[in-house]
Amino acid sequence: MNSVAAINPRYATGQRLRERLFRLATLAAALTVLLLLGGVALSLLIGAWPALAHFKLAFLTREIWNPVTDQYGALAPIYGTLVTSALALLLAVPVSFGIAIFLTELAPAWLRRPVGVAIELLAAVPSIIYGIWGLFVLSPILQAHVQPLLIASLGPLPLIGRLFQGPPYGIGILTASFVLAIMVIPFIAAVMRDVFETVPDVLKESGYGLGATTWEVIWQVVVPYARTGMIGGIMLGLGRALGETMAVTFVIGNAHRIGTSLLAPGTTISASIANEFAEAVGDLYTSSLVALGAILFLITFSVIAAARFMLLRLQQRALSSV
Amino acid sequence: MNRRLLRRLLNLLALTLSGLATVIGLFLLGAILWTLIANGVAGLAGPVFTAMTPPPGGSGGLLNAIYGSILMTVIGILIGGPIGMLAGTYLAEYGRGTRLSAVIRFVNDVLLSAPSIIIGLFVYELLVVSMKHFSALAGAVALAIIAMPVTVRTTEDMLNLVPQGMKDASTAMGAYHWRTITSVIYPAARSGIVTGLLLAVARISGETAPLLFTALNNQFWSTRLLAPMANLPVVIFQFALSPSPNWQKLAWAGALIITASILVLSVTARVVVARLNPAGRH
Repeated sequence: MNSVAAINPRYATGQRLRERLFRLATLAAALTVLLLLGGVALSLLIGAWPALAHFKLAFLTREIWNPVTDQYGALAPIYGTLVTSALALLLAVPVSFGIAIFLTELAPAWLRRPVGVAIELLAAVPSIIYGIWGLFVLSPILQAHVQPLLIASLGPLPLIGRLFQGPPYGIGILTASFVLAIMVIPFIAAVMRDVFETVPDVLKESGYGLGATTWEVIWQVVVPYARTGMIGGIMLGLGRALGETMAVTFVIGNAHRIGTSLLAPGTTISASIANEFAEAVGDLYTSSLVALGAILFLITFSVIAAARFMLLRLQQRALSSV
Repeated sequence: MNRRLLRRLLNLLALTLSGLATVIGLFLLGAILWTLIANGVAGLAGPVFTAMTPPPGGSGGLLNAIYGSILMTVIGILIGGPIGMLAGTYLAEYGRGTRLSAVIRFVNDVLLSAPSIIIGLFVYELLVVSMKHFSALAGAVALAIIAMPVTVRTTEDMLNLVPQGMKDASTAMGAYHWRTITSVIYPAARSGIVTGLLLAVARISGETAPLLFTALNNQFWSTRLLAPMANLPVVIFQFALSPSPNWQKLAWAGALIITASILVLSVTARVVVARLNPAGRH
């Protein structure tokens, strides 16, 4: 029992009141987190309703996007979002994997921290910086050197050739994918590094004891052990790529159409909103853009939730094995 | 013998590629910083810190945008920081182990990686539509919503690092839980919490997407919270995409200012953590 309280009951009452108030304040703050997510979902739904009610399900399947005739369909932005994100992951995952391997298995101890921090700083650079860098530095390089090469070498091929035909615009789906890849590399690499560090040394040592090479230990011991976490990290990167706005807006060209060529300009959901929302006139136009946002929210929410769920399970396993 | 050689070659190849991947990563960071410095320093030569953003073709600086960015970031962290700290306190102390806090932690993690443009849309629907005009306040609220999950996460992590023995000692002295938290746990975790706030500031000060249709932009000096306000990210966006060379120069200068401040903040935060926890890796 509280000795002060035993002497002075008023003191104890005051303490108890403050205890209750403080507890209530923390609880209210914690519930704000839930409220926010609910509020975001609800406000998007309300804002998107006019467009969804007007176009019905056709909103999802039509490519047309015409503010003059007030006809809107979300297919081109959805296509652009999915394709750029998928391509970005295709480019980013091997590089991130290499960086994570380098940081956990290869680098001498003195090099790990500075290189690790440098990669993390790459993640701290704001996305608008990637945007102007992509527009003024990367896309001229791609236009002059990489894209002509792709057109000449892959263009004539059957089937996949169609993806690499047409003039080298510089900006477009492919350039956006490159910029996105550069942006998600530090995120995926950081998660993979953390996951690789959870692999017990004793497992790796038994691999080496059997005469395995470093690569064999990585591929046959570390990767199988860390698989869930790796996938979680990749999906976090995917969530980031899907919703990334400014970097993409600069380099994608904002064309509401689905071109067969990856070199052609396109658009993504976030780029459409960023480019058009502030200037959108008319309720249907605004509402269609909000509806795009709602679709993006739904896609990223499921991807992020799945990723967090996987990482959470991994964490629980790590805790229970200790 | 042949098979052994093959294995060693494969090993060498894989490890070389992994080293190469790291070199690519470092090269990209270097390339981006070099571009910023090469283009930004020229822009900094002008009256960047003393003049307002110019009309097309005219000359000017970024003073109003820098002021707007700092103001909205400060208000954002003043709203998002305390709420985030309290919520993190709930997760680490009062709600530890409960199902509610597991749900909140999960939702917070989702918000942490939610696209910032969605937050912009939310605040637009919430504040801009109801007040019928764009405002610096709406921009600050959008930034607060982005800063909050970061603070929740770091606060919870840092409070969990405080040794249970310290908390027990305080409880054994007869202190109520709130007294233990405010007088024992917070001071013990202070540098960690400050680090979290610094990281949150770093995160929101470069955010562009949520400001595009909340704070909008303003060519002139404005200190009114209920009116549109200039801010660096949106000015960079507008100016970089313009054909005017003078605007582009200012965009690069702004990009250099933002990136330099964010990198300084991030490095400072890491130094604080390293001091706090010399044995830790992060």
